[in-house]
Amino acid sequence: MDDILLTIVSVAGATIRVATPLVFAALAGLYAERSGVVDIGLEGKMLAAAFAAAAAAHVTGSPWVGLLAGIAASTLFALVHAYACITKAGNQVVSGMAINILVAGLAPTLAIAWFGLGGNTPSLASGARFQAIRLPFVDLLAPVPIIGPIYAQVISGHNILVYIAAALVPLTGWVLFRTRFGLRLRAVGENPSAVDTAGVSVVALRYRAMIICGVLCGVAGAYLSTAHGAAFVKDMTAGKGFLALAALIFGRWLPWPALFACLLFALTDAMQVRLQGTPIPGIGVIPVQFIQMLPYVLTVLLLAGFVGKAIAPKASGIPYVKER
Amino acid sequence: MSLPVADAPAIEVRGVNKWFGTNHANRDIDLAIARGTIHGIVGENGAGKSTTMNIVYGYLQPDTGEIRVGGRPLAVRSPRDAIAAGIGMVHQHFMLVDPFTVLENVLLGAEGGMTLAAGARRARDELARLEKDYALEVDLDAVVGDLPVGVQQRLEILKALFRGAEILILDEPTGVLTPQEVDHLFRILRALKAQGKTIVIITHKLREVMELTDTVTVMRRGEVVATKPTAETSREELASLMVGRSVVLRVEKPPAAAGRKVLEVEGLTVVDGQGVRRVKDATFDVRAGEIVGVAGVSGNGQTELMEALAGMRPIASGRVRVSGADLITPSRRPDARAVRQAGVAHVPEDRQRVGMVTSFTAYETLILGYEDDPAYTRGPLIDWSGVRMRCAKEMEAYDVRPPVPTLKSSKFSGGNQQKIILAREIERNPDVLLVGQPTRGVDIGAIEYIHRRLVQLRNDGKGILLVSVELDEILALSDRIIVMFDGMIVGEVPADQADERRIGLMMAGIAEAA
Repeated sequence: MDDILLTIVSVAGATIRVATPLVFAALAGLYAERSGVVDIGLEGKMLAAAFAAAAAAHVTGSPWVGLLAGIAASTLFALVHAYACITKAGNQVVSGMAINILVAGLAPTLAIAWFGLGGNTPSLASGARFQAIRLPFVDLLAPVPIIGPIYAQVISGHNILVYIAAALVPLTGWVLFRTRFGLRLRAVGENPSAVDTAGVSVVALRYRAMIICGVLCGVAGAYLSTAHGAAFVKDMTAGKGFLALAALIFGRWLPWPALFACLLFALTDAMQVRLQGTPIPGIGVIPVQFIQMLPYVLTVLLLAGFVGKAIAPKASGIPYVKER
Repeated sequence: MSLPVADAPAIEVRGVNKWFGTNHANRDIDLAIARGTIHGIVGENGAGKSTTMNIVYGYLQPDTGEIRVGGRPLAVRSPRDAIAAGIGMVHQHFMLVDPFTVLENVLLGAEGGMTLAAGARRARDELARLEKDYALEVDLDAVVGDLPVGVQQRLEILKALFRGAEILILDEPTGVLTPQEVDHLFRILRALKAQGKTIVIITHKLREVMELTDTVTVMRRGEVVATKPTAETSREELASLMVGRSVVLRVEKPPAAAGRKVLEVEGLTVVDGQGVRRVKDATFDVRAGEIVGVAGVSGNGQTELMEALAGMRPIASGRVRVSGADLITPSRRPDARAVRQAGVAHVPEDRQRVGMVTSFTAYETLILGYEDDPAYTRGPLIDWSGVRMRCAKEMEAYDVRPPVPTLKSSKFSGGNQQKIILAREIERNPDVLLVGQPTRGVDIGAIEYIHRRLVQLRNDGKGILLVSVELDEILALSDRIIVMFDGMIVGEVPADQADERRIGLMMAGIAEAA
């Protein structure tokens, strides 16, 4: 009995840790796409931030400096994307993909040049990483059955970024539906002409959305290399930016459903780690490669099965050009 | 100016020029709109009416010239400046966010604070007052995309008034309305005028100008050609000013000599991809030598009816017979090519998306859909030089301007694009011609030509099914009129017994045919 509870608790804790960067990235995508800019460059921005954060944290010994560096790198690329797509009315998919490809090559190249460790950054000392936080009352609740372990391992014991991610979901919901900025953001993704003729600048709104997108991707990347991991590793995002995009679509561009989708993807990921090498009754041990496919297979199935009903912001992907 | 002007005009446009690339859309526009009047601006498509008013509204920037509001020069760099100066505009394509509620649409850009709650409360009170004052009933919590266009338009007016507009510009406001909705709109506009507001209405419908306005300005090819008190002019004079020569507004046609039934439609039902029944049990026929007009507010199943008849859409039940033989049944669904081969030609309502490939040349457009006709081919190859020669000849015959076969289709004006498509379809000598919105976005001169061609085709003994949202066009051309509402045929009226009021009520789904 205790074994099962322990397994559940540890899978749940792992799910939350894996979901955190997805949540940041999905919310980043939410702001971009709600404003009408498709951003498949989430992946590249996260990777750039992961590298910048790990490098800065290693040099300064401070995870917070690392976080700022990650945010700066990611925001820089977000602004490049914004310039190409908003100012120059370029193709948003091409621009996003270009950033992904550029960063995939640039980050390991810089890592080799600066650290000479085959495209990785040096392992961070524990002081240069975000540490787990013990919430109050863990010891007090420890003897309580079920609630005790759940509180200790699922609720408590994560680093600060996890809690920030959790807080960002309701915050985004509030911004989107209760504030002036949110109203304009939703409008500019649906019908930019309506925003323009209402006397509000379409360009300024979309730039602001892309800056938010860059900041959030930056946190996601920093989380990977300075909180969840302890160094930058080549290609460490491993498709998480695309997974976050899928979660966003599956979540119909709404913060709470997107969070749910991120948790679902993270759960399959946490489970696949558990399942590796564990014999399954009647089948035996499944090769690791097949198990690692699970989150991606799930993504394909969910998107194919459910996205028919999801309606994207109508103007997303279309550069705004005034009608005559 | 016959109207007494105590103070400066509400709006003055002085020496405005605007180029789009090499296209000189506005040439030295001078215009004065007197306070408290309804001022009409008429002109053909591309005459520069909307451009001028978009400059006044700050949506476009003039290359030279200035705008004065209430006698003072106003730098309108964006609609924000115009709104602040008390100018509101209802665009031809509504500037609404479909998934938003009415209230959210009103608030957009005028939220009254960082968060929405307080502004929304204030807006509700203010809107309730405006709605009462001007009979602009709109449900504030309805989702805009679900509202009929007439209501969406009222919302646009409400938006402008909420922002404190003293001057209201409406761009082609009546194109999508039923006659009853037009009446309602005009009542609202007169009420606004009575409150001292200034109204500018851009239109190409001369009847409305005569009925509603105090002063009218005529634009042609980017220039103001005349400004007159409405009482001192006439439809005929305005039409000839718009075109630059005299035009015949009535279509001359001899009485119909209807012959055998060439198109018979029985119990036709069309269900779209979302499972919505778009055409419900439609039964009618078209005889040789007559034009049957389908009247209705856009979106009541006419588009789907035409697409089904043209073989572009499957039918759920019923059948279609052409010249006495079954052509389309639910189980037997010929494609568009087979329908054409059976003698049914089709001039689609969306000519740029369905009727042609705009990046093709005129001669390519001319054979599109008929490209494997032996007349155009030599073995497996297309006989391009033969096609070009034929195209030059047909462009001559159909008065396409400029008559250049190698010009890209997108470079022709709407009217000339339509003539190319008409040439393509008519020259196949069909028994039945399906025509959708033949003169949408077409100049008066070309409308005149297209109407004459259609009547000539009818006189030659062809059956024509004409779908149009322009009731004037239906009334002018048809020998019989059927009215569609909500996918159903709600009435059939012989042309000589048709009047606008009766058809209008049927279009609104209010009255059945007697």
